[in-house]
Amino acid sequence: MSKQFQLPPRDEVLEAIEKKVGEKLLLYAYKLRKWFPIRRGIKEVLTRQPPRYVRAVDTITFYIKEGETFCLVGESGCGKTTTGRTLIRLLEPTGGYVFYKARPETIKEIKELQKDVYVKDGFIDLTSVHAKKFKPLRKELQIIFQDPYGSLNPRFKIKDILEEPLLVHGIGETLEEREKIVLKALEDVKLTPPEEFAYRYPHMLSGGQRQRVGIARAVILNPRFIVADEPVSMLDVSIRAEILELMNELKRKYGLTYLFITHDLAVARYICDRIAVMYLGKIVEVASADELIDNPLHPYTKALIAAVPEPDPELRHKFKEVPIKGEVPSAAAIPPGCRFHPRCVALDQHPELREQCTSVEPDLIEYENEHYVACWLYRRS
Amino acid sequence: MAKYVLEVEHLKTYYYTYKGIVRGVDDVSFKLEEGESLGIAGESGCGKSTLAFSLLKLVPPPGRIVGGKIVIDGQDIVKMSESEVRSKIRWKKISMVFQGAMNALNPVYTVGYQLAEPLIYHKGYSKKEAIEEAKKYLEMVGLAPEIVNRYPHELSGGMKQRVVIAMALILQPKIVIADEPTTALDVVVQAQILNLLKKLQKELKISIILITHDLSIIAELADKVAVMYAGKIVEFGPLEKVFLEPKHPYTQALLRSIPRLRGSKEKLEWIPGTPPDLRNPPPGCRFHPRCKFAMDICRKEPPPEVYLEPDHRVLCWLYGKEGKQGQGGSL
Repeated sequence: MSKQFQLPPRDEVLEAIEKKVGEKLLLYAYKLRKWFPIRRGIKEVLTRQPPRYVRAVDTITFYIKEGETFCLVGESGCGKTTTGRTLIRLLEPTGGYVFYKARPETIKEIKELQKDVYVKDGFIDLTSVHAKKFKPLRKELQIIFQDPYGSLNPRFKIKDILEEPLLVHGIGETLEEREKIVLKALEDVKLTPPEEFAYRYPHMLSGGQRQRVGIARAVILNPRFIVADEPVSMLDVSIRAEILELMNELKRKYGLTYLFITHDLAVARYICDRIAVMYLGKIVEVASADELIDNPLHPYTKALIAAVPEPDPELRHKFKEVPIKGEVPSAAAIPPGCRFHPRCVALDQHPELREQCTSVEPDLIEYENEHYVACWLYRRS
Repeated sequence: MAKYVLEVEHLKTYYYTYKGIVRGVDDVSFKLEEGESLGIAGESGCGKSTLAFSLLKLVPPPGRIVGGKIVIDGQDIVKMSESEVRSKIRWKKISMVFQGAMNALNPVYTVGYQLAEPLIYHKGYSKKEAIEEAKKYLEMVGLAPEIVNRYPHELSGGMKQRVVIAMALILQPKIVIADEPTTALDVVVQAQILNLLKKLQKELKISIILITHDLSIIAELADKVAVMYAGKIVEFGPLEKVFLEPKHPYTQALLRSIPRLRGSKEKLEWIPGTPPDLRNPPPGCRFHPRCKFAMDICRKEPPPEVYLEPDHRVLCWLYGKEGKQGQGGSL
């Protein structure tokens, strides 16, 4: 499989999805791909072996509607973080399109910087923007990082951490003006009294408070779209709910849209409107949160749901049947055909599908209304 | 009277730091019957890992066990010398699966040798015999015996975890402490490891002391639950009672703060504030600054230990009058 691949013209792709989703469409990733090259050994170079890649995000397509919380769920190493980062160009995509409905003033700014950027119907193709001209869009696309201990500079006071994005983007002309914005952001994330927190250092805060600073930093530029990369996985259970509620509140207040990345299906069910399940760089199923959990279609989703432990004493001493075999293969050596087939239990029950499953990769198809699945079991032919 | 494999009485483990004394484990008592499993739940920093290390007498300095008793099989290990603990107790009677077990293996030795080492030193096996024995244990935890010749980096996270579990079992202890055995693992692997622990619990009749912040994992494995807060056990009882009718406000709040996958979607609650600094815990009940039901007395005096039932006790003023103070059953 080569790195280059043909994409249809942007106009066609955009038109089709606009017709399907309509007004509400905010972001559409089309055949997004991020492959990391593997360093080659001398023997491979001399024998002219083709280059090898870790296919972290392997041609995925999904859309996010305005005002919703869209979840990416999967095991570690399945490419969910890479997807989030590639989407907002913290990593350069290897291929694909990302259409995003930007604010008119942002589009104007970008167009002044770069002439040949693709803009149509208010949508801008993020992959067509030059990496050095991306700054105006950064205001709209923000990220909350997973690790509240690693993502704040220990030598900066909270006020400096929050002021930095304002300085970078030239917001607030005087110190007083910027301070006002910083204090308001602290109040937004309920670090009160804000005057007191502004002059503290990160080490003086607890994990939950630090994550609030991380959230304040993401919302301070008044963004529209935030990638939340496992924002609660490093926090204690007792404060997780508080952070999730805070995120919900900010979403309502500022009309935000989240891409929420998590490995925890129970958290996803609580906060998300729609969930996408990823396996080894590919989305295998997308549906609304309740539909996905009550009525999973893909064998992998079924296994994931069965594996989640439940705080119910009745389940004790019962063995948990998890319908899955083996272990996750390496993303550098993805199995041919359906990448889940070596672990699939359903495949054993449907021997007639074996040939198809082991040789041809299934596409993500709409099985029911807005319930997408990539599995040969659900192919309607 | 049932036979206890482990009795902990008024255990106190303090860390003597330059900035003051950190009361990591402060007056903790519980008993464990043979074959019974205990889950210890609590937030990070509540002293659950310190408790585990105390049970093995492996508290890292500047920590020290300053008082109380730990009776394992009739012997009080607090009074024993280090060499005695090492030769008689540690790993033979009580062993541990350490937190972050994936990093607990030495990268420069083969899996087989690391597994067999305790047999060579404790039981005087020859290397060949020990490796043969190690193979049996690998099979028991669901691994192929051939991996004795492999190195840790050749194994996946789940396999390493299984090796570490096999290592804890190899001298056939009665008690195995598992400190966050599944936190670094994915859900699917986590479910498989929990199944393995359940199987071992049944087949070998060992007591597992499971330390975790995840209440759902405790629900899968433990017979009894101890909920810890700021160095103290605030509620102790059988799993069903603690989970279905939690009595302490902290336990109640903790159970209501977990998002669930099944059942109705309720709005989550949380516990405001942060756990106290253990150098300087608040007076009275340590939970009172975060407690919805805090009364005057909670701020002044430490709460009594109330036995609601012979096997269910709680550390809270709310039950001060109803319960029988200080007496109760064999607990």
